[in-house]
Amino acid sequence: MSYTINVNGEPRTVDVDADTPLLWVLRDELELKGAKFGCGMGVCGACTVHINGNASRSCVTPVSAVGDAKITTIEAVGQSDAGKRLQEAWLALDVMQCGYCQAGQIMTATALLERKPQPTDKDIDDAMSGNLCRCATYARIRAAIKQAAGLPTEDKREMA
Amino acid sequence: MSTTNVKVKDTSAPRVSRRLFLTAGAAVGGGLLLDFSLPGVAHAVTGGAKTATLNAYVWITPDGLVHIVNKNPEIGQGIKTSFPMIIAEEMDVAWKDVRAEDAEVDPVRYGGQFAGGSTSIPANYDNLRRVGAAARLMLVTAAARTWGVPVEELEAADGVVTHKGRNKQATYGELATAAAKIPAPDLKTVKLKDPKDFKIIGTPIGGVDSPRIVKGEPIFGIDVTVPGMKYAVYEKSPVFNGKFVSANLDEVKALPGIRGVYVIKGNVTELDPGLYNGLTDGVAIVADKWHQANRALGTLKVQWDNGETAKRSTKGFIEKAAELAQKPAETTVKKEGDVDEALKGAAKVLKARYEAPFVNHSALEPMNTTVSIANGKVEIWSPTQMPGGGKSAVAKLLGVPEKDVTLHVTRNGGGFGRRLSNDFMVEAAAVAKAHGGAVKLLRNRRQDMQAGVFRPGGFHHFEAGLDAEGKLTAFRDHLVTYSNSGKVAGSAGVGAFEFPAGYVQNFDLGHSLMPLDMPTGPMRAPQSNTLAFAYQSFLDELAHAAGKDPLQFQLDLLGEPKPPVVNETPRGKQIGFDNGRMAGVLKAVAEKSGWGKTTLPKGTGLGLACYWSHAGYFAEVVQASVNPKTGEVRADKVWIAGDVGRQIVNPSPALNQVEGSAIDGISQALGQALTFTNGRVDQSNFHDYPLLRMHQAPKVEVHFVMTDNNPTGLGEPALPPVVPAFTNAIFAATGKRVRTLPINTAELKGFA
Repeated sequence: MSYTINVNGEPRTVDVDADTPLLWVLRDELELKGAKFGCGMGVCGACTVHINGNASRSCVTPVSAVGDAKITTIEAVGQSDAGKRLQEAWLALDVMQCGYCQAGQIMTATALLERKPQPTDKDIDDAMSGNLCRCATYARIRAAIKQAAGLPTEDKREMA
Repeated sequence: MSTTNVKVKDTSAPRVSRRLFLTAGAAVGGGLLLDFSLPGVAHAVTGGAKTATLNAYVWITPDGLVHIVNKNPEIGQGIKTSFPMIIAEEMDVAWKDVRAEDAEVDPVRYGGQFAGGSTSIPANYDNLRRVGAAARLMLVTAAARTWGVPVEELEAADGVVTHKGRNKQATYGELATAAAKIPAPDLKTVKLKDPKDFKIIGTPIGGVDSPRIVKGEPIFGIDVTVPGMKYAVYEKSPVFNGKFVSANLDEVKALPGIRGVYVIKGNVTELDPGLYNGLTDGVAIVADKWHQANRALGTLKVQWDNGETAKRSTKGFIEKAAELAQKPAETTVKKEGDVDEALKGAAKVLKARYEAPFVNHSALEPMNTTVSIANGKVEIWSPTQMPGGGKSAVAKLLGVPEKDVTLHVTRNGGGFGRRLSNDFMVEAAAVAKAHGGAVKLLRNRRQDMQAGVFRPGGFHHFEAGLDAEGKLTAFRDHLVTYSNSGKVAGSAGVGAFEFPAGYVQNFDLGHSLMPLDMPTGPMRAPQSNTLAFAYQSFLDELAHAAGKDPLQFQLDLLGEPKPPVVNETPRGKQIGFDNGRMAGVLKAVAEKSGWGKTTLPKGTGLGLACYWSHAGYFAEVVQASVNPKTGEVRADKVWIAGDVGRQIVNPSPALNQVEGSAIDGISQALGQALTFTNGRVDQSNFHDYPLLRMHQAPKVEVHFVMTDNNPTGLGEPALPPVVPAFTNAIFAATGKRVRTLPINTAELKGFA
């Protein structure tokens, strides 16, 4: 089947089966390797892209369900103000270890800041808990989101 | 030191790819190459055609950029940044002018090239400094000859050589060609900097590949694209080493996009305790796209002959371990004094059984490798921690000489020890051979979870005696663990120096074995990651039984500092346990955490533990809180004191490693366990094998205790003590002792 989808502001036409997950359309048809395969069932967040601005799991989104929605991937997220500030904060705080999950983390964080420019620790927890980091860089992810938001970077979560 | 306050140097400077340089280098016909063959021969060669066959760590392009090779796999530990930092420091080059380059895989020229055992820094720190110092000397010598002045009158800083008296200056870029003609100095005698003059080492510097990662550029193994390549999955029996009997191959072949379906025969006849590079029977499905190959698994139906391994189960292991625990240990690992006699005379005797489960490494990038076979030559792109082992295994499997195998190590999307074994690389090679051409093999998460090289669990049966003063007089552990092919399974054993061995008069350590017949192997702090839980928890029990503060009990047990035992080995000096360093980190973490000085509400407690592994000394305190109604547990905060010697090379990834190790351990304790039924792993993905998520992550505070010892690694040693510190904290909070992992929250409910 032929599908024309809007990826990073451009119409892209691919000839794939209807059940092909968006992740594999991006990675193997369009050579956009930024979104990563981690679990294939939407529980790790490595494949996160924006669909109409919402952080979405591309590994469980069939291409046939995309329609004319606007898809943004890590390759183009730096074109948005929040995305750019997050990328810069990620580097300034040297967030990553292996880095495999970080594209997904940045995509989810960008959607958060676009929705809520001054997030609380609770907002960050709620938004980011779907994105696993096996290396456990969570403290720096939290700090980088705050830095990008112009907030003090310390962790203000209450201890019991 | 707080990880969130780390400010790193700008890493956004443009990079020049190796390929681009080789072209440019050939065009300009020169540059400085410093050949460093371990254990210590260096000579310079000019660039050009020869460069392809030589072992170079450093070259300088006419634009003044200094290209520095990182020889070891980057798995998230930051070595691709730290190794070039070490060389750059001694070269006196500005970090902004450094370009980190990936090494070719050639253990003959580079020596060991792997990421494992937290060995990169201890094994290379001194050597790489010498490489940098030698390069600097060659550049300075070139300037001295050009200007006709003695070398001693010259200074070098930030890539510029200066003669103050004559007011002369030259950049490394200008001097490179002349320097390349100067005989390389003897690495053994080259002068190293005084560490107080370090400008790069000890400064937090961001990962050199990070600017590419935040933009989603393709640098992981899974991202590799080779012209014309096909995609593959390889389905094996859910029971390890099950033999292929039959399958609906024709039905699978008829599915969309499928280019080939192959039955591949395995080669595993026994399991060595070493790293696992085996191939077991399977069905390879090769397709135009990975989604098509993976989808076809839903149609594939295979009949396997699973043999005896199908009888293995977690329930069976627990029953068998209980039976073996009733008998004396089959093998004595260490025996001192007379434990039985001492127990008879003890004022108090404690017995406890500790159980740790199997766990999976769960690197987020599933195992994958791309292999291209053409005209008898093999080219591989693989995220591997142990390239040499993979290359040899592939050469052997394909029956080609190793010189005809080229291996490109990509960035690893997590290692944790899983990628020390190269079974996935061997599978990819077998599939590429069957299909021909170029094939990318990628495991789905279920395959990755179930076809692991697992961290083995085990069952400890402790017995110990205290005298009337609460002093430990006797200690016994009977470890019931696993065997493969009659030997202790990989990473399933315990060594003769396990603390408190040597610190209690009567000590008896032995093991008994249960056949496993599945590969096991190192996972971050192998052995230590389960031993620390069992030993440090039981020592905490003993402290409470002795009526002593756990910190004081540990310090009393360690006693007065004494020099560590040093063994001369073919690989150099091996330095044994240093009780003074351990006491040092214990005291430091106690101070930082306010140990013994804080009053916490019911349901919240502090736990303490320490452990020595991979030459690093770590003591950790965890604050845990338990919900009395649900038993739900969280780690609120972790305080860590670590001693890895006199120098932290790059504080930014150093803190990241320590913090990540601590959270990794908490994550394991909270919910990770692989179980077996009829020889099959019961878990399949992150819904039933939970990794810790952001809202569960404790705050982590890290303090390095600097001591005058050679620098050692940080990838592993912070993990082991966090697990018992956490479960000891749960005891402090609830009075309930966690003796089985993962933590069963139901058992913690309703503490009073």
